[in-house]
Amino acid sequence: MTTKLFGEPVRRREDQRLITGKGRYLDDIGPNALAAAFVRSPHAHARIVDIDVDAALEVEGLVAIYTYEDLTGPMAEPLPVLIPHPQMHAPRTGFPLANGEVNHVGEPIVMVVATDRYVAEDACDRILVTYEELPVVVGVDVARAATAAVHEEIPDNVAARHHQETGDVEPALAASPRTLSFTQYIERSACMPMEGKGVHARWDSDDRSLRVYTSTQASTSVRAAIAAKLDLSLDKVEVIAPDVGGGFGVKIVHPWPEELLVPMAAIALGQEVKWAEDRREHFIGSAHERQQRQEITVGYDDDGRITALDVHIWHDNGAYTPYGIIVPIVTATQLVGPYVIPVYRVVVESVFTNTVIVTPYRGAGRPQGCYAMERTMDRIADDLGLDRALVRERNLIQTDQFPYDHHLTFQDGRPVIYDSGDYPGLLDKLRTLVGWSEADRLRAEAATRGKLLGVGMAMYVEGTGPGPYEGGHVQVLGSGKVLVSTGLTSQGQGHETAFAQIVASELGVPIEDVEVTTGDTRRFGYAVGTFASRAAVMSGNAIALAARGVREKALRIAADVLEAAPEDLEIDEGLVQVKGVPGTSIPLRTVAVLSNPLRYAFDEAAKQATQFARAGSDDKPPVAEGDAPGLEHRDYYSPIRSTFASGAHAAIVEIDPATWEIDVVKYAVVHDCGNVVNPMIVEGQVHGGVAQGVGGALYERMAYDADGQLQNASFMDFLMPYASEVPDIDIDHQQTPSPLNPLGIKGAGEAGVIPGTAAIASAIEDAVGRRITSMPISPTELYDLVRNPTAERTAAAERRSENGVLA
Amino acid sequence: MKPAPFRYADPGSLDEALEVLAEEGAKVLAGGQSLLPLLSMRLAAPATLVDINRVPGLDSIEVTGDGVTVGALVRHNSLLHDDAAARSQPLLTRATANVAHPAVRNRGTTVGSIAHADPSGEMTAVLALTDGSVTVAGAAGSEVVGWRDLFVGPLETSIAGPAVVTSAFFPALPPRSGTAFQEVARRKGDYAVCGAGVVVTLDAGRRVASVRASYVSVGLTPEVHDLTEAVAGSPVEKADWAAAGALARTLVDPDTDIHASAHYRRLLVGVLTERTLAEAAAEAAARATRE
Ligand SMILES: Cc1cc2nc3c(=O)[nH]c(=O)nc-3n(C[C@H](O)[C@H](O)[C@H](O)COP(=O)(O)OP(=O)(O)OC[C@H]3O[C@@H](n4cnc5c(N)ncnc54)[C@H](O)[C@@H]3O)c2cc1C
Repeated sequence: MTTKLFGEPVRRREDQRLITGKGRYLDDIGPNALAAAFVRSPHAHARIVDIDVDAALEVEGLVAIYTYEDLTGPMAEPLPVLIPHPQMHAPRTGFPLANGEVNHVGEPIVMVVATDRYVAEDACDRILVTYEELPVVVGVDVARAATAAVHEEIPDNVAARHHQETGDVEPALAASPRTLSFTQYIERSACMPMEGKGVHARWDSDDRSLRVYTSTQASTSVRAAIAAKLDLSLDKVEVIAPDVGGGFGVKIVHPWPEELLVPMAAIALGQEVKWAEDRREHFIGSAHERQQRQEITVGYDDDGRITALDVHIWHDNGAYTPYGIIVPIVTATQLVGPYVIPVYRVVVESVFTNTVIVTPYRGAGRPQGCYAMERTMDRIADDLGLDRALVRERNLIQTDQFPYDHHLTFQDGRPVIYDSGDYPGLLDKLRTLVGWSEADRLRAEAATRGKLLGVGMAMYVEGTGPGPYEGGHVQVLGSGKVLVSTGLTSQGQGHETAFAQIVASELGVPIEDVEVTTGDTRRFGYAVGTFASRAAVMSGNAIALAARGVREKALRIAADVLEAAPEDLEIDEGLVQVKGVPGTSIPLRTVAVLSNPLRYAFDEAAKQATQFARAGSDDKPPVAEGDAPGLEHRDYYSPIRSTFASGAHAAIVEIDPATWEIDVVKYAVVHDCGNVVNPMIVEGQVHGGVAQGVGGALYERMAYDADGQLQNASFMDFLMPYASEVPDIDIDHQQTPSPLNPLGIKGAGEAGVIPGTAAIASAIEDAVGRRITSMPISPTELYDLVRNPTAERTAAAERRSENGVLA
Repeated sequence: MKPAPFRYADPGSLDEALEVLAEEGAKVLAGGQSLLPLLSMRLAAPATLVDINRVPGLDSIEVTGDGVTVGALVRHNSLLHDDAAARSQPLLTRATANVAHPAVRNRGTTVGSIAHADPSGEMTAVLALTDGSVTVAGAAGSEVVGWRDLFVGPLETSIAGPAVVTSAFFPALPPRSGTAFQEVARRKGDYAVCGAGVVVTLDAGRRVASVRASYVSVGLTPEVHDLTEAVAGSPVEKADWAAAGALARTLVDPDTDIHASAHYRRLLVGVLTERTLAEAAAEAAARATRE
């Protein structure tokens, strides 16, 4: 078939539009809308004593001011806890506007609506809020010490105690030939999409209906939330995600206060209202992720095989827990990676702090889990004087062990059973790709240039494509155009291309005829959303099933017309034909016309179709029982459980021992996401992920001071890596198809970011011979570490210096 | 992040500009690369912005035997690519190459960055190191202000009342001298964590006669440190630049911020001093041979 595009590196069809400025992002919508701006808390923890808006009332162009007092009904209640969990004993959420207390800098207190954003900010400036400051809790260690409480009624600051175990860990550790224990930290970063959040709402007072555009990863759920919170019937609310300039997780959280408040104001004022988040608001008013303190005890034998693993993590969840304990669960269950862990116990205590909320950021707890496991592997290797790759190899799940049951429960409540994979294959490919066996030679060569060189690696397994479901709709029009829709949203991943490839391949039509719409509740009402590397797995398979449904119907109708059996027909280039009988064919678009017995000859297609139309039987209805007019099909894909992608990364770093600058000189990725729809898109996802991995390892952090003030809430001081900081990336692929879904695919969206921190920490440790126990690390911190006489030297460094090698 | 209300004026002459600047709360707008972010974050809220981009005669780079005069509307990027300026005072090009990224260099002015008096700016350090000055046009006419009198604090100059800095003057590199400029930044193009510019001058016998250095992001205002004593009289090939670096470390008083500790900055002062001096000395030696 010439239309077989599945697996081809088709160029992204959306790029021309997006890179020539023709995208339509939130702030491009409603140029004449009223603008909302917010007064946000300047304090990390305070009681609100008074809100004085008098001075703002004089601002010309002011339209309305809202405080908590103006919220009624469900809007006056706390925001929902999206994903409750029995082990989350003390969930807390904020209110759309603060109700008497603020728990982090940036929490919204007052919404101002004005003729434009400038005026709205002028009015915000004049609103005087009086606070009574309360003690501030910043960081897991302070939260854990519990000398002050974020929420008065939760004195220990613990929101949840997540606990899983696969056996009796204490006796297993006691029986282990060797054990070691250590504590390590990982810091906060954030998604930082180029486009912040944003909401535009328009109320049609005649139709009494609401249209909302929002820069979201979950438009169907935002719709349900708005309907519930504003007391509207679901059918009177439509929510559309326009072009979205990146999400990376922060836009899966919903409803954001602004997603409720802006529509509320639009209805109350009977005018269009818009809010486009600015960068400072995004830093202090959206979400962060990743801070954890990890205490790890591991038992192992003299060959480095793990016998037992006991992990206790303190996870900083920020001021509130709207997204439940998804991140802690993901850390807890994905930590085990590609390894056999005979006995595993994990406890994650999720603690409140007076900082921005913590919700999934690309990787969503996996980078932390990977960091815990992979640094454990490095420690074991160091202790035993073994090659770090060899220790990993000895612990890998083997190819004949699939499906492999870890006896853990994943974020979707389903068992962690790996569906397929080839982890030894990944490791072999990685060693070759990065030149692992050359490390000593490279180190010596770098030394002649006065540089310290180190290599590091990390492996991961990533549960992707969790359920419960996603749907797809495919419709062939009389024009030959194929309309495809799914409720799941897009943030630039290339869905317009990948989904079109799937439909072109399944249906046998040219990709040019396929038009994809995502995240528009007018087109598709049921969806879960774009997160957890699930778009290709979930919507991809749903769309494939919908296309198969259309194909089946098309063949049935064509078979009738061509007087052939459906199984003797094929569709190629949009033409239904009898296999092996050229000329006996009917265009698919004509089949589409024929599928509807009502055929007013509005256009050529309908006229042409009449030549094929056969007189219906007088004793049957024009639309057969169980049939429907139109050539379309809707289908859903609902997996029994997640599918597990995997990969291995290696980094080579060079460090200047005078300035302690760290340069990643080589970065290698071996990646397995099952069958690949579009290798170019997958590589793009890996590249973006690696960039964020490098950012998280070496540059980015949320620099909160002890008062809960974010010191670097701008792109000047929050160091997202530029292209100049991201190394060239060597990629090799491996494909172990998933047996769980029709297309055999696994997710690829988050993979690139997961092992970055672990691999780079390992490489730096290798280069400087000092134990790295806290990431990210900057040159100034590395200098502090190497000049600290009590900093732990690695055994590898001791051995090397005995052999007279630098470091 | 939208500026508070302000009035905008774009006068067509210097006199007119000075007139508007006499109004309460008026401020000069040049390339806007420092000022506009401050406005957007409402850290500054001038009543009037006086855009000097239409003022004629401020956009030239003049090179004479004495040195380089850079007009107020000369963009970093023009200076970066001016060969005559580079020949007269090589530090200009070397330092400007470290100012931000091309997009910022295309708009931002060299004089604006000096008027802004940011101790993290490269060009404030270069003005100091070259012993330069600025020409300030005020109501009472023009006056020349030397760098020592100009910089009074971080983001603070001695310029008072309605005034436009019309140009900056960077003296030419003296004979038998060489320069170098290096910095360490977290990301390429960022403000430096620490930068160092140096000038080495030799005597007729190719011995080190004078060593001066100035640093970026170290201290509250630009300073020039005389490091001569560490290496005075050494034949250029044998000079102990590490000793000069060690001396420099004792002279500076850096601060800690979220990107670097004071300790680390002090380390970098030593390292960058040693590295730049070696480079500058090689250039001085080569020039001494040619001259
Ligand atoms: C992303 C980014 C990165 C940057 N990185 C660096 C860097 O690495 N190194 C560096 O040195 N700079 C950096 N800058 C700042 C840049 O160099 C600015 O161009 C420069 O500091 C100011 O020049 P300007 O013409 O833009 O001045 P403006 O922003 O227009 O003005 C700055 C201040 O100087 C005053 N002013 C300007 N011109 C005059 C004049 N002729 N007379 C009197 N007052 C005047 C203004 O009133 C204002 O107070 C960066 C800027 C950005 C946005």
